[in-house]
Amino acid sequence: MPDYLLTTSPQMAKRHARHSRFQWYGRIAIGISISFMLLMFAAIFARGTGAFQKTMIAVDVEFTESVIDPNGSRAEMDLKQGNYKPLILSGLQKVVPGVTERKDRNNLYKLVSGGAAFDLGERVAANPDMIGTNQRVWIAASSEVDLYVKGKVDVESDEAIRRLKDQDIAWINMLQDEGRVKKKFNRVFFTSGDSRAPEMAGILSAALGSFFSLLVCFLIAFPLGILTAVYLEEYAKKNRLTNLIEVNINNLAAVPSIVFGLLGLAVFLNFFNLPRSTPLVGGMVLALMTLPTIIIASRSILRSIPQSTRDAAMGLGASKTQTTFHHVVPLAMPGMLTGTILGMARALGETAPLLMIGMVAFIVDIPKGVTDVATSLPVQIFLWADSPEKGFVELTSAAIIVLLVFLILMNLFAVYLRRRLERRW
Amino acid sequence: MTEEKTAQTDASTPIMTASGVDVFYGKKQAIKNVSLDIPENQITALIGPSGCGKSTFLRCFNRMNDTIDSCRVTGDIQFAGQDIYSSKVDVVALRSRIGMVFQKANPFPKSIFDNVAYGPRIHGLAETKDHLEDIVITSLRRAGLYDEVSDRLNEPGTSLSGGQQQRLCIARAIAVDPQIILMDEPCSALDPIATAIIENLMDSMKEKYTIVIVTHSMQQAARVSQQTAFFHLGELVESGATESIFTNPAQERTQNYISGRIG
Repeated sequence: MPDYLLTTSPQMAKRHARHSRFQWYGRIAIGISISFMLLMFAAIFARGTGAFQKTMIAVDVEFTESVIDPNGSRAEMDLKQGNYKPLILSGLQKVVPGVTERKDRNNLYKLVSGGAAFDLGERVAANPDMIGTNQRVWIAASSEVDLYVKGKVDVESDEAIRRLKDQDIAWINMLQDEGRVKKKFNRVFFTSGDSRAPEMAGILSAALGSFFSLLVCFLIAFPLGILTAVYLEEYAKKNRLTNLIEVNINNLAAVPSIVFGLLGLAVFLNFFNLPRSTPLVGGMVLALMTLPTIIIASRSILRSIPQSTRDAAMGLGASKTQTTFHHVVPLAMPGMLTGTILGMARALGETAPLLMIGMVAFIVDIPKGVTDVATSLPVQIFLWADSPEKGFVELTSAAIIVLLVFLILMNLFAVYLRRRLERRW
Repeated sequence: MTEEKTAQTDASTPIMTASGVDVFYGKKQAIKNVSLDIPENQITALIGPSGCGKSTFLRCFNRMNDTIDSCRVTGDIQFAGQDIYSSKVDVVALRSRIGMVFQKANPFPKSIFDNVAYGPRIHGLAETKDHLEDIVITSLRRAGLYDEVSDRLNEPGTSLSGGQQQRLCIARAIAVDPQIILMDEPCSALDPIATAIIENLMDSMKEKYTIVIVTHSMQQAARVSQQTAFFHLGELVESGATESIFTNPAQERTQNYISGRIG
């Protein structure tokens, strides 16, 4: 066999080396990307999963009528506003003896959540028969206790820099020894709005705010984007004006999103006087931001529909509009929907423009429509990350997990739609 | 030559007449002052080397060039006593009278039935569902495809073989009942057997339709057509009865082309 046919010949060896070297560069690049992604996920999950559980304390409460409802009216408002604090406190004092001084009593009461009395009021109002009985109720612990039970408080550190003092820890241990402390699923996180107290803060108002914003965004951006793309691609003559429009659309896609927020502030709020901090305006701003993405994606899909399809319809005497809407748009629809959903997924993660139009407020109420004051998931994450209480660290990561889940769901939906609608016959 | 021209016009009255047609793509002239008669119920073949403008010229007959922004057509093309480029002519109506079959079979990504039914549907040719079914079946029969697909009309048109797809496109063109069918190299992507089937089909179709076919195969032109027009560099070099063009061309360029020296 002649030399040049062998893999060991110098030229071939050099080529093979180059070949495998390049493959290794690729593998290393992918490896680095994946490890960073895993690192990010691991960090978020390690911090965030704790927030899906919260610590509860069992307290034997004497539901004394003279404290709860001295008038005996049994009116819902009276029951809700009854003075439950001493009831909870005396329940705790039964477990933790020798707490008599005012300062100690206050500290003892701080073991339970600040919202515990309110929560108890709701329960009694829902079930007034509880009055006069003695029951063991599970009450939410305060965020500090929660962190301690989850092992996130360093008990070795100097007492002066801890919010939870040695005495508090001793009390918690006493409660734990009696089996009065347990962790359960944190329903509050998914069913309530923001709160100053980490153990009472929830993601629902932010999630609904995001949902309503995206709804408005979709209703505006999808039809506008598709119509623009179809007109520019199928109808418009190629001239200077359409060139200018095209260049501008491409540039708009690269405009920093906060600029759209400023535009929304100046136009929608100050000029049109639309309600501030609402998903309506948020959605409109996000729509402005998403439009270029949708238009560009849709146009490239329309361009990829073979000319032969158009020729076939035109050759049969179909009008331009029939050709477009009977053949071209149906073929392009899966791709256009995918582009739209990906654009919306980007909008879901957008914070900056919403800051400008006031969707950064502290919102406790659950928004019921597009004109209710609301915030959004990424803004909520930003707000919590900015809060000084240690309990919000967990919540921040948990909210990020929720946001990521939504993003993944939207992307999966895009993939599903594409598979479902695509008919490559 | 003069005698032949007279003979040609005698053979059949022209259904379509092009005179002094120029076509420009932007500044480039693709067709230079071409005049040609298309005789009724005959097959006219347009031949010539690649890029000679024969397809461009064919697309003038049903104004398919309108879809190209930079394309400009001047001159006079008469069909049914009407200049088809006149502003009064509705291009949609024109294309329902003059059908087209393309080089690459382009069935819609729909069922076989819907492919053929699309034309009658948009033109409102069928009053009832049964009538529509009739039209579809008749068209498929005329295109010689019905027996092969009668049991799977609901399957996608794109699942057929290349030759069947092209016949489906012919059936689709027939379904709107045109007078003229333009064919732009309909067999260039087909094997010899599928080509033979379509050539036979064309032969039987000329009873009812006038066919203009662009082909780069001189053998095909000789086999199927009665009239042949030879194009070169955007000019119509010679036209006449197929037999005389191939056996006794008047022009040297025609002679060179059919003997394989240019093209």
